[in-house]
Amino acid sequence: MHGLLPFLGSRLLRAAVALWLVSTVVFVVMRLSGDPVPLLLPPDAPRSEIFRVRAELGLDRPLPVQYVVFLGNALRGDFGRSIHFRQPAFRVVLGYLPATFELGLTAFVLAALVALPIGVVSAVRRNSPVDQVTMGLALVGQSAPTFFIGILLILVVSLKLGLLPTSGREDWRNLVLPALTLGAFAMASIARLTRSAVLEVLRADYIRTARAKGLSEALVVAKHTLKNAAVPIVTITGLQFGTLLGGAVVTETVFAWPGIGRLAIQSIYNRDYPVVQCTVFLSAVLFIVINFCIDLVYGLLDPRVRSS
Amino acid sequence: MALGGGVFVVLLVVTALAAPVIAPHDPVRQSLRARLAAPTLSAADGKAHVLGTDHLGRDVLSRMIHGARVSLLVGFAAVVVGGIVGATLGLLAGFRGGWTDTMIMTLADAQLAFPFILLAIGIIAVLGPSFPTLIVVIGLSGWVTYARVLRSQVLVLRSREFVDAIHALGGSVARVIARHILPNVLSSLVVIATLELARAIVLEATLSFLGLGVQPPTPSWGGMVHEGREYLDSAWWISTAPGIVLMLTSIVVSRTGDWLRDLLDPTLRGE
Repeated sequence: MHGLLPFLGSRLLRAAVALWLVSTVVFVVMRLSGDPVPLLLPPDAPRSEIFRVRAELGLDRPLPVQYVVFLGNALRGDFGRSIHFRQPAFRVVLGYLPATFELGLTAFVLAALVALPIGVVSAVRRNSPVDQVTMGLALVGQSAPTFFIGILLILVVSLKLGLLPTSGREDWRNLVLPALTLGAFAMASIARLTRSAVLEVLRADYIRTARAKGLSEALVVAKHTLKNAAVPIVTITGLQFGTLLGGAVVTETVFAWPGIGRLAIQSIYNRDYPVVQCTVFLSAVLFIVINFCIDLVYGLLDPRVRSS
Repeated sequence: MALGGGVFVVLLVVTALAAPVIAPHDPVRQSLRARLAAPTLSAADGKAHVLGTDHLGRDVLSRMIHGARVSLLVGFAAVVVGGIVGATLGLLAGFRGGWTDTMIMTLADAQLAFPFILLAIGIIAVLGPSFPTLIVVIGLSGWVTYARVLRSQVLVLRSREFVDAIHALGGSVARVIARHILPNVLSSLVVIATLELARAIVLEATLSFLGLGVQPPTPSWGGMVHEGREYLDSAWWISTAPGIVLMLTSIVVSRTGDWLRDLLDPTLRGE
C-alpha cells in the first residue's frame, strides 16, 4: 500500500480547498448583492422592523464575523429560510434531490450501456463504416450544446413522432428523453475514450502473442484486451458521472424535470436567494464527494495513479 | 478541414461585423400581423422572411445574423479575459514557486473540482445579467489550462543555463518572458484559445437559454432557442435555425482546435 496515505491526503486537501472556495465565493457574491433585508420584508415595512431583521440575520456584525458564522452555518446545512416556500432552504433542496438523482443515474447507466460496446466495436473494427459513423456522431455529441439536443429530441421524438411526452415526471416514459439529453455528452466521451483505450491495448505485445498462439479474435478481445483496457475506461466513465450534475441544470429546465437544477433556475427568477445558495453549495458538495470517491477507488485499483 | 474551419470562422466574423448591412430586416422590429410566419422565399416587398418570423413577428434570419455579434463578442472577450488571468497566474506560479505556486495550483485544482456552471448561475443570479458580468464569469471559467501550460514552460526554462546567463548580464524577468517563454508556448496558447472559444460560445448560449445571459430584446442564439421553445409545435423554425448555427459553430471551432493541436502541438493531446 505504498504511497496510499500521501495520495489520500492530497486528494482530501484538494476536496477541502474546493469546498472552502465554493463557500467563500457564495459568501462574497451574497455580500456583493447588497442588503437582502428589503427582499425579505414587505416594501412598506417600518425602519424598526428592518433593523430588527438585520440584527436577527447578524448583518449588523463585522464582515469577518459574518463570514465565520456563515461558514459554520453552511457546514450544518443552515442557509436560512426560503422566501418562496416558507421553510428552511436546506429542506426544500433535499426534497428536490431524489428527482435529480433518478435522472442523473439513468443518464449515466444509459450512456455507459450504449457507449462501451460502441467504443469496443469501433476499436476492433477500426476505420470500418461503423467506426466512422459512430465516431462522427460522438464528435457531434461532444460539442453540441446540451439544451439544443434536448430541444431537437422534443421536436422530433415528442412533437413530430408523438412517441414520448415532452415534460414532467410521471412514469419511465418521461425519463427517456431527459436521460438521453443529459447523457449525450458522457456517452460521446465514453465511446471515444473506450475506443482509444482498446486500441492502445490491441497494439501491445501480449496481444500479438495471444494471436500467435492461435486464439480466435473473439477470445483475444474478450479475455486479453477488455480486461487490460478496463482501468482507464472505468476512471473516465466514473469522472463523467460528476460532470452530469452540471448538465442537470440545463436538462431539467428543458424538460421541466422537478430536480434541484430546475429549482435553482426558478429560485433565481423568484429571487429566492437562500435556495439558490443552498443549491449551489449542495451540488458542489455532491460533486466534490463523488469525485473524491472515484479518485479513491481508482487509487486503490491502480497504484500508478498515486504518484502522478 | 482546417481551411473549411477557417473560412467558416471568417465568414461568421464578417457576418457579425456587417450585421446591420447584411440583415434583411430590423432584428427588433415587431409586426403582429406577420407573427409566426413560416420560412418563405416570396414576399410582396421583395424582402422575404427566408427563415420565417417569431412570436412577435420579428425576422428570424435577421435576429440570427445579429445574434452572431453577441456570440462572438462574448466568446472572444471571454477568451481574452481567461487568457490574461491564466497567463499571469501561470507565470507567477512558475517564477515565484514556493507558497505562491502551491496556492495558485491548488486554486486551479479546486476550480476543476466542481461544475463551474453552478457557480456562474449563482454569481449571475445575484449580480444580474450584463455583458461585463457574462464576459468575466465565462472568462474566469477557463483560466486554468493557460496557467498550467505557462507554468510548466517556466519550470522547464527557469533552470536552463542561458536564463541564468541573461540574469547575470542584467536582463530582466520581462525579457525572459517576452523573448524565451512566450515564443515557446505561443502555439499551445493558440490551440487552447481556439478550444476555449468554442466552449465560451456554448456557455454564453447556455446561460442565455436559461435567461441568465444576454437579455431581450437583444438577439442571441441561446435566447432565440429559448423564445422559440413555446412554439416548437407550431413554429419549429424559431428555435431550430439559431440552434443549428450554434451547433455548427461549436463543432467547427472545436474541430479546428483539435486539428491545430495535432498540427502545432501533439503534446497537448492528453489534456
